[in-house]
Amino acid sequence: MAFRHKHIIALRDLSKDDIEQLLATAESMREINSREIKKVPTLRGKTIINLFYEASTRTRTSFEIAGKRLSADTVNIAPSNSSATKGETLADTAMNLLAMKPDIIVMRHAVSGSHYFLAGKVDCSIINAGDGAHEHPSQGLLDLLTIKDRFGRLDGLKVAIVGDITHSRVARSAIQGLTKMGSSIFLAGPPTMIPPGVERLGNVTVCATMKEAIEDADVVMMLRIQQERQGKTLMPNAREYARYFGLNPQNLQYAKPGAMVMHPGPINRGVEMSSYVVDGSQSHILKQVENGVAVRMAMLYHVCGGEME
Amino acid sequence: MSQDTVILDQDGIARALTRIAHEILEKNKGTVDLVLVGIRSGGDHLARLLRDRIAEIEGVEIPLGAVDITMYRDDISSRGTLPVGKTEIPFALDNKKIILVDEVIFTGRTIRAALDALIDIGRPNCIQLAVLIDRGHRELPIRPDYVGRNVPTARDEDICVFFDHTHPVEVRLVKA
Repeated sequence: MAFRHKHIIALRDLSKDDIEQLLATAESMREINSREIKKVPTLRGKTIINLFYEASTRTRTSFEIAGKRLSADTVNIAPSNSSATKGETLADTAMNLLAMKPDIIVMRHAVSGSHYFLAGKVDCSIINAGDGAHEHPSQGLLDLLTIKDRFGRLDGLKVAIVGDITHSRVARSAIQGLTKMGSSIFLAGPPTMIPPGVERLGNVTVCATMKEAIEDADVVMMLRIQQERQGKTLMPNAREYARYFGLNPQNLQYAKPGAMVMHPGPINRGVEMSSYVVDGSQSHILKQVENGVAVRMAMLYHVCGGEME
Repeated sequence: MSQDTVILDQDGIARALTRIAHEILEKNKGTVDLVLVGIRSGGDHLARLLRDRIAEIEGVEIPLGAVDITMYRDDISSRGTLPVGKTEIPFALDNKKIILVDEVIFTGRTIRAALDALIDIGRPNCIQLAVLIDRGHRELPIRPDYVGRNVPTARDEDICVFFDHTHPVEVRLVKA
């Protein structure tokens, strides 16, 4: 019954029970977030270092607020003012931080799998806040929680994920989480942005067109076009992308009536989604951000009591 | 099982709760500003039964809440993380007289955690404590206001309150 993971690096590493427990705890954490005084003493005396090698507003702020609401001391390190710009390696940075005795390091790094490397070197807990094109487990869990809020369950749903699957850690965590919970995934995107063999991740179907993916979907998850991560070769231009793979009120009608629309942010308005959809009644984008704090509180809480397996 | 002693049966529990309900009403001179908060899990069921008793006696249904103290424990690192239950207090605690309800009081640490949890949520006028069983061995200066039964125990013994779903059916002293 008790959660026994010291690190949370990928949803692939967690069982269905683990995920259910994290979501149940997150639901309890929401009660704290609705109080006038939003603080509990649970992680008093714990030190959390947020080590972000890539730009982030939402995730970093959300982890920082989550830590503070649990009374932990949180310290943020950003690449622009860290010694990484002076040439220090990740291992050396980690050993130096470790000498200051943190309890949890929350890291975002451009290299897929860097957290496994780090976890082998340090004795504190590691939480992945995004690694390259691998996973983004806190985003995956908040997506699951937001979907569960809407439907009351996570099994038997049809979830469309549209966009740049190849570069998307958000998509990988969503696929891992949702297929474990029993939903089916339908992917669409330019062929250059669909990784070969992605069907092997589980109950995943690659669709030829966007219409095919979102037809009768319960959830439409749009991904951000990551202009910083790709060369110019993957898509001709943003306007053409918007025409074939952008979500607008017309093609949203192919989904089930009242289907929920999600996006991990930040949104390129007019590219992957039209403003009518972003601000429309089916959009759950801000609900996702709200759930992010509760989910991250649950992750911080559970790794603190976890033991080595 | 042969080592177990039954402390209270279903009727005994019912009588104890009825007496506690009368004592609460007597001490507080009625139901004005009274609210009941049970500690999960177990105390919340007893709190609901106390609310029903008070409603039978006075004809007034007083507000009922539940507090989960997992987030306020002082032994997180040593026990592994437990599932966190929900705190549900759908009313303001400011200037209320809270009757905090638990099954068994032992070291007092659970009550300490519950007091911290309640004070984080609001500023009650006072907090009174009702327990079904007081088994002694306090480690903190905490004393219940209403007790169903005082049961002297050894430290290695255990008191178990058995529930049929949400209804208490038996209290047993379990020897080590």
